[in-house]
Amino acid sequence: MKPRIAISILAVGAGLATVPWLGLPAFYESFLYLLCHWIVLAISWNILSGYTGYFSFGHGAFFGAGLYATAFLAGKQDWPFLATLPAAALAAALLGTALGAVVFRVASVRGELFALLTLAVTFVLATIILNTPIDGGPGVYLIGVQLPRLGPSANASIYLMGLAAAVAAVLLAYLIHAAKLGAGLFAIHDDEDVAEVMGVPTYRFKLWALALSCALAGIAGGIHAVFVSYVTVAETFSIAVPLGVVLMSILGGSRHWLGPAVGAIAVTGLQYFFTSGEAAVTGRALFGLVLVLAILFLPGGLLGLLERLRRKTPSPVAADAKPAVQPALAPSPAASGTPLLQVEGLFKSFIGVRALEDVTLEVRKGEILGLVGPNGSGKSTFINVVSGHYRADAGRIRFEGRDLAGADGHRFARAGIARTYQIPRPFAQMSVIENVALARMFGGVGCSRAEALAEAAEFVAFAGLGPHAQARPDALNLHQRKFLELARALAARPKLLMLDEVLSGLTPAEIDEAIAMIRRIRDRGTTIVFVEHIMRAVVALVDRVVVLNHGALIAEGSAAEVMREPAVRAAYLGTTHA
Amino acid sequence: MTFPSLGLLSQSVLSGLFLGGMYGLIGLGLGLSWGLLGQINLTHFGFVFLSAYLCYHLTMVWGVDPLLTLGLLVPAFFAVGVVMQWALARFRVSTFNSLLVTFGLTVMIEALIQKIWTADFRKLQTGYGEEKFSFLGLYAPLPELLTLTVSAAAAGGIWLLMRYTDLGKAMRAMAEDAPIAAAFGVNARALALLLSGSCVALAAIAGVFFALSFTLTPTQIFSWVGVVFAAVMMGGLGNPLGPLLAGLVIGVSEALAMAVFSPSWAPIVSFSLLIVLLLFRPAHR
Repeated sequence: MKPRIAISILAVGAGLATVPWLGLPAFYESFLYLLCHWIVLAISWNILSGYTGYFSFGHGAFFGAGLYATAFLAGKQDWPFLATLPAAALAAALLGTALGAVVFRVASVRGELFALLTLAVTFVLATIILNTPIDGGPGVYLIGVQLPRLGPSANASIYLMGLAAAVAAVLLAYLIHAAKLGAGLFAIHDDEDVAEVMGVPTYRFKLWALALSCALAGIAGGIHAVFVSYVTVAETFSIAVPLGVVLMSILGGSRHWLGPAVGAIAVTGLQYFFTSGEAAVTGRALFGLVLVLAILFLPGGLLGLLERLRRKTPSPVAADAKPAVQPALAPSPAASGTPLLQVEGLFKSFIGVRALEDVTLEVRKGEILGLVGPNGSGKSTFINVVSGHYRADAGRIRFEGRDLAGADGHRFARAGIARTYQIPRPFAQMSVIENVALARMFGGVGCSRAEALAEAAEFVAFAGLGPHAQARPDALNLHQRKFLELARALAARPKLLMLDEVLSGLTPAEIDEAIAMIRRIRDRGTTIVFVEHIMRAVVALVDRVVVLNHGALIAEGSAAEVMREPAVRAAYLGTTHA
Repeated sequence: MTFPSLGLLSQSVLSGLFLGGMYGLIGLGLGLSWGLLGQINLTHFGFVFLSAYLCYHLTMVWGVDPLLTLGLLVPAFFAVGVVMQWALARFRVSTFNSLLVTFGLTVMIEALIQKIWTADFRKLQTGYGEEKFSFLGLYAPLPELLTLTVSAAAAGGIWLLMRYTDLGKAMRAMAEDAPIAAAFGVNARALALLLSGSCVALAAIAGVFFALSFTLTPTQIFSWVGVVFAAVMMGGLGNPLGPLLAGLVIGVSEALAMAVFSPSWAPIVSFSLLIVLLLFRPAHR
């Protein structure tokens, strides 16, 4: 976080707060209020949907929950207006959190299904409010509600409240963007499963994003209730809010904290030119057209475009040719007999397939354990279960004495387990160094975002990716992506590192290079589980070998020993029929 | 809350079935383009309303029989569907972005309708609306009866096509895995154009029958989105019979909710159903 930016946001807010005393026509206060209103709503949407990729079409519901909380409490229960605003934020946040607590547990409700679900929630809430005393049908009048006198007129007071909300929203958007929470949310956006395995508590982070997003929408609703002074279900839950916020965020740039605000100003300004009756229809058509064009031609929005243009001019600091430094890894003694990981009776099935059947094995501190077996023998499933990517059906996964079986994926990373994916799964929208920093931030003991970025550079250099630190993963070749996987896993400073076929697809020279690197990693004290088909590498590296076949463990021992086992020969070559 | 009489309840169930027929007819094209083309086409609703308004215009202003307007509207909308698919494929629009793009398009269609026909309520006045059949004390208006029949015929016909013709098999193969289907000689591009054209043509058919039974106003476009989506998802994506069957279930449950509680509670049935379905449907695809 840069204090300079936070101070600038506050300064702009303070400057705009003087408007009511400038003697401008009252129209400007209303117009500026609407700008603030849409800025809050668009940012609210973006904190959830832009950051995490969970697109909400239900912001009408969250906005409406806040609006009706204020309308009901101030208009019907005679609460003082200011007291209703926290209630509005709370009502919306509770609605969102209750929804999220259920929805975020269901892995299949992502992307477009989440959007549909939130849309449906809007209609349900609207129907309930319409049919209960909260509204009851005729709408709620707020004419008599006493407003706090913040400015020279009632309009000015509403504008100042809207402005305060907008400043708070922009500040919040920036703080989240710059914090660990933001980094985790963007990782969820790119690949939620990988984020969880790297230590991001995805469920909790999504709930936070949703709750904060809803609270902002609720406050915007509460203030808007007194601005319109007569609220109806039809107006409140119309398609205008979800349409508007999506359009504004996408137009402004949903990956940038300021994007939705820029979009809100652009769209509200545009609408201002089409306010009279006949032109309003044209304005809406234009709205639709802008949305279509923005999605087709401006994938990153206005601010995304700006950043792309800026990145085109090469920065002189990048690609400094540091010598291959040796980054600090987790300190642990060299090979000893003490077990680090004990797996007992591990079972995992997929529909109709037994992938792991009663696997019991142990990994000792400081060793390199080779995990081999024919294709489909359960090696990758083993890594997926022991890294928390999949949940075991039964069995115990004891790591340093603690049982991790059944825990959420991020607990495995926190405990000190890291893995690479056989097919690299980098976070596609993050640069190489951000990818590595994320693993450092959330894996193992974790650290702050600034520290993580500073340390990530070492791991990027160690993996030989120094010149590509600022590149996007899609600019790397397969070899480089595999090393990015490795750098990410190492950056977590794992006690146990699981390598899933890191060598496949590499040339012989690259394999030699990688073998040397893996040896260096072990020499610095990291225990390694090594899945590989390339026997030359297995024999060169491992201390012990475990052989899996059809999900069951069939042999264990030194490389030479297990290759003499008849069961192993049968698994690889088939049995002879004499 | 007073419990309605048996006669009223049976009439409710019947009108629920008719409403369900409409849901199914609208949902048919929507579900096919979602399941087979991977597009969540919100514009489908815009097309239904546009077709309904055009039917209204042709009938009221030029005196064409509403059912004859199908002859003009179906090929015209087919062409629109082909052009739309060409554009979406040209820009490689993802499933999610298709939702956003077609959302924008629908807003444009809504504005266009409002510009031409204004936001006033419009009702198609024809001889069909007067015709009513009555049996066992229950009334069945002709337009609704026609809608249900056409809906069932279209769903059944497409189901047969998909199941027993080479074209249908090719389409299912394309939906499963387009590159592999292409490797086996399926012309995925042409099929997608044909499919998209057919889906929009189905929207045109739905629009004509919509105009026969319902009063038109542009702002209603979005109020149909939720319930038809519920029908499509409940019926299974890409399954031609699903939306109709699910639509009938929803229509009847809504009609009963209206009869037992009050009409303003009706939306809660379909949307709660959609929410439950989203949460508990088996995770495939």
